[in-house]
Amino acid sequence: MENKNYNPLDQLSDIRQLMERSSRFISLSGLSGVFAGIYAIIGAGAAYWYLRINIATRVRYDYIIENGGIKIDFLTFFILDAGSVLLLALLTGIYLTTKSAKKNNQSIWDKTAQKLLINMAIPLITGGVFCLAMLNHHLFGLIAPAMLLFYGLALVNASKYTHGDVRQLGICEIVLGLLSSFFIGYGLLFWTIGFGVLHIIYGIVMYYKYEK
Amino acid sequence: MSLPLSDNFNKAFESKARLGIMSVLMVNDLVDFSTLKDLLQLTDGNLASHIRALEDLQYVTVNKQFVGRKPNTTYSVSELGKKAFNDHLNALENFLKSR
Repeated sequence: MENKNYNPLDQLSDIRQLMERSSRFISLSGLSGVFAGIYAIIGAGAAYWYLRINIATRVRYDYIIENGGIKIDFLTFFILDAGSVLLLALLTGIYLTTKSAKKNNQSIWDKTAQKLLINMAIPLITGGVFCLAMLNHHLFGLIAPAMLLFYGLALVNASKYTHGDVRQLGICEIVLGLLSSFFIGYGLLFWTIGFGVLHIIYGIVMYYKYEK
Repeated sequence: MSLPLSDNFNKAFESKARLGIMSVLMVNDLVDFSTLKDLLQLTDGNLASHIRALEDLQYVTVNKQFVGRKPNTTYSVSELGKKAFNDHLNALENFLKSR
């Protein structure tokens, strides 16, 4: 290890590499973003089909209600639909990230991965519970904007612990969430753009930048 | 390649291991022994002796705590260590500029 002529350029690249590797989880796979986006679009397509609407339709929410409560078959469909999208996206993400971590010789569950997850989870769980509260109060129109907003904030918060590009994705989701909160009734459309299209675009960009 | 090393280069950082330890500590508040070992791919004895050298220079502070009953030792960089590291980076920069 002792090296009298430790070349300054080598020193700088070692410093940079260790700083990155010890503070950021760099194995997050871009492809998992692409898959998450595809699942989201399929999930949204199923919702459009179930509601018998097309992309440009402004949704009115009163037909969801029956005898003062949410229609049970409607609720079941949405929980199954959203749940499968989330589950598939998570499983694919974990699988691809594990593969990419092996390639980088990085552990899937080291300090940087834990920091990334914790910092992502705090805004995300807050947002999730808040959305359940809105569902409970029948504020359906604001659920999609809130999902986009809290997800965007989670990404901005977590970006310090992984590739910096995640921050830009987060900001795009926030802008989209804010826009969508002014266009109540088009939540599904904004949701499809935010969770589908943006994931696919950013996933492809990150894949070519870091994994190719 | 042999380089005429400037006097400004800190002798403590001529070792890849010691420069590596400092790099990790500069961007992380508290780092434990096994994390350092994984990152730098060093043996226990080797890492311990390099940490001790940095400790003797007062660049690195050792924090001993107990997690339950298990002793947990973490390392952090001191103000003096931060300054030494930054000076070293500046010296590297100047050297590369003057070439």
